[in-house]
Amino acid sequence: MVFRGTAARTAVALGGTALLVASLAGCSGGLGGSSAGGGGSTSDTSSGKLTSNVTIKLLAGGNDPVSIATAKQYAAGFHKAEPKVTVTVDTRPGGTDGDNLIKTRLSTGEMDDVFLYNSGSLFQALHPDQTLQPLTNEPWVKNITKDFKATVSTSKGTYGAPAGTTFAGGIMYNKKVYEKLHLSIPTSWDEFIANSKKIKAAGITPVLQTYGDTWTSQLFVLGSYANISASDPQWATKYTDNDPSAKYSKMPALEGFEHTAQIHQLGLANKDYASLTNVNGLKELAEGKAAQYPMIAVVIGNVLQSDPSKVNDIGVFPIPADNASDTHLTIWEPGGAYIPKTTTGQKLIAAKKFVAWLNSPAGCDIQNKTGLPSGPYAISQCKVPSTAPALVADTQKYIDQGKSGVALEFLSPIKGPNLEKILIQVGSGISSAAQGAKLYDDDVKKQAQQLGLKAWG
Amino acid sequence: MTTATTTSALKPAAALTKNGGAPARRKIKSFYPSWFYIPAIALYVVFFAVPTFASFYFALTRWTLFDNTFIGFGNFVEFFQDPQLISGFIHTFEYGFATSAAKVVIGFLLALLLTGPVIARGYLRAVIFFPVLVSTIGVGIVFKNLLDPFHGMVNGILGAVGLPQPGWFTDPKLALWSIAAVDIWKGVGIATLIFMAGIVAIPQEYFEAARMDGAGSWKILRTITLPLSRPAMATVIILSLIGGLRSFDLIWATTGGGPGFTSDVIASVIYKEYQAGFYGLSTAGNVVLFLVVTVIMVPISYFLNRKEVEL
Repeated sequence: MVFRGTAARTAVALGGTALLVASLAGCSGGLGGSSAGGGGSTSDTSSGKLTSNVTIKLLAGGNDPVSIATAKQYAAGFHKAEPKVTVTVDTRPGGTDGDNLIKTRLSTGEMDDVFLYNSGSLFQALHPDQTLQPLTNEPWVKNITKDFKATVSTSKGTYGAPAGTTFAGGIMYNKKVYEKLHLSIPTSWDEFIANSKKIKAAGITPVLQTYGDTWTSQLFVLGSYANISASDPQWATKYTDNDPSAKYSKMPALEGFEHTAQIHQLGLANKDYASLTNVNGLKELAEGKAAQYPMIAVVIGNVLQSDPSKVNDIGVFPIPADNASDTHLTIWEPGGAYIPKTTTGQKLIAAKKFVAWLNSPAGCDIQNKTGLPSGPYAISQCKVPSTAPALVADTQKYIDQGKSGVALEFLSPIKGPNLEKILIQVGSGISSAAQGAKLYDDDVKKQAQQLGLKAWG
Repeated sequence: MTTATTTSALKPAAALTKNGGAPARRKIKSFYPSWFYIPAIALYVVFFAVPTFASFYFALTRWTLFDNTFIGFGNFVEFFQDPQLISGFIHTFEYGFATSAAKVVIGFLLALLLTGPVIARGYLRAVIFFPVLVSTIGVGIVFKNLLDPFHGMVNGILGAVGLPQPGWFTDPKLALWSIAAVDIWKGVGIATLIFMAGIVAIPQEYFEAARMDGAGSWKILRTITLPLSRPAMATVIILSLIGGLRSFDLIWATTGGGPGFTSDVIASVIYKEYQAGFYGLSTAGNVVLFLVVTVIMVPISYFLNRKEVEL
């Protein structure tokens, strides 16, 4: 072990020199990646050869069982495909603590060679041009979807490969309950409320709210962004530019706050909404004790753990808009696999091979087996298997009909940090929808100012 | 045995309240050459002085960890405009003063009990101190489960005997007070210990003399025990008030400042700003918290110590 490590280090030193020469000779450039500064000397290593054994570190997407298991499977699978490279797995907290850990490690130059992290606004906050290796010229980049590419790119280049599938955010519902009560999928908010009242009359919880996990409160707002963009395609741009018409205290964005409040006022939520957790809520949904749950479909993996036989009882439909023609399904892009600037030489070659492998047939296979696919892939090499959960087909249907849109966090860098708490206030009757929306507009302003966006002063 | 340990425990407490004493300070002469202090000075500068001054600087910047822009007092202006700030301050004071007062009263009563002739006194003294030794986060998680409105043991028992089952941590009106109650339970042990040390240190002769003169128990309590344990009381008030005003971990482990913002205190408002990536802003918040705690504690500490000198 000891001498293998030493050998690897020597090889890295030697390889690094060779690489420097190679890249000076053939800095083929291409799409502006070369202008990214310090990393230029190593930007063309994809054609590089591994000259000896290398160990790289992979930072998992969290410290929950699913994230850890997924990262370990990736590590083992890649080692099989590329025996010269050993991948060790690190874990990190999820949520905002994870955000801070990632930023700290990037800014101190101690990031693992590959890390899995969100795309979209959280990715943009990492200052990718300064901290990440550009992957613009990697061969797989041409296969990723336009929507995903936009969420892992800056004006200077592309920095991430998809890890996982896209997924819908909408109303997850129990198909058996819908069948039993002869309900049809609602297309407008009024129909949704009518359905919910019938469900309540049948003694089943109509709408699950799980404030025991505070983030779950946000779905009526975040999950209906496709409805907003259907009625105003330019909303995200206006919102980023501080246009007074694109505010949450105004229609159409106010709808999400009003819907959150209405579910509470009409008594359509479960009694234990204030303390129920996401996992237990999903259990009630799978078992038919509750019928509908505004949620992101990626959590279906938990149902596989708790009620494996009921995974296909759960479907998804868009959060209905007040106006039925605006009802669209909101789609989240997968997270990405990124390489920091601090990874160089042989490790960089190995890291790039790893990222490319992730979306190769073998990598896709492992993605399909470990993380349950919860929607279509964002890269053409990977295909969703026929055994995927039923809600994946539901999601695909809306995408094929053109009745879908990307979530706001992939279109604008601004997301106020207090949205979940504000919506808990609204959804528990502590404050009104209008008060909550106003408060969130202030929260958005604060975030935009912190980001240094000019339009916000 | 127990007396010996508790009396020795009094010393740091007394030293803390007496504040070094001005005449004593002048007497100190260094017995060591100057180089002897270098390691301590180096540690002090690197770990205390530099970060403190750095934080004063970063409080004046918009700081993303990757770079920082100097924005003057912008962060302070923004911090004071935070809609949660006012309620955060109110909650902080409610929480700080309520827990401190309860710890003083309950701690004193328990100390009276545990310095009196009770069975298994040593064991009881240990038991009252156990919660102090447990990690606050651990206590928070345990109580979050015990006080769960639907599946918790406490409400299970209340329901079984037909009493109402409040949402301890989920009812906006109750959440802050539920946390305060847990805090009192957890922290009263240290207050009791300090009071016990204070009471045990009162010379027995006073009690005997008072009894000779025909003083009743109530009079002894009011004229001997209470005034002579004032140094201990000052320590308890100062420690528990500082602890209460900057309280964070228990609140975070139980409600996270929720539901909504109903149990947010200054420290949790600051922490959430840090979480959101507003590093400069949260540093400014910490500077403000530091100043506020100082402004409150310096006069209180001065007042309590002056009383002690007058005795």
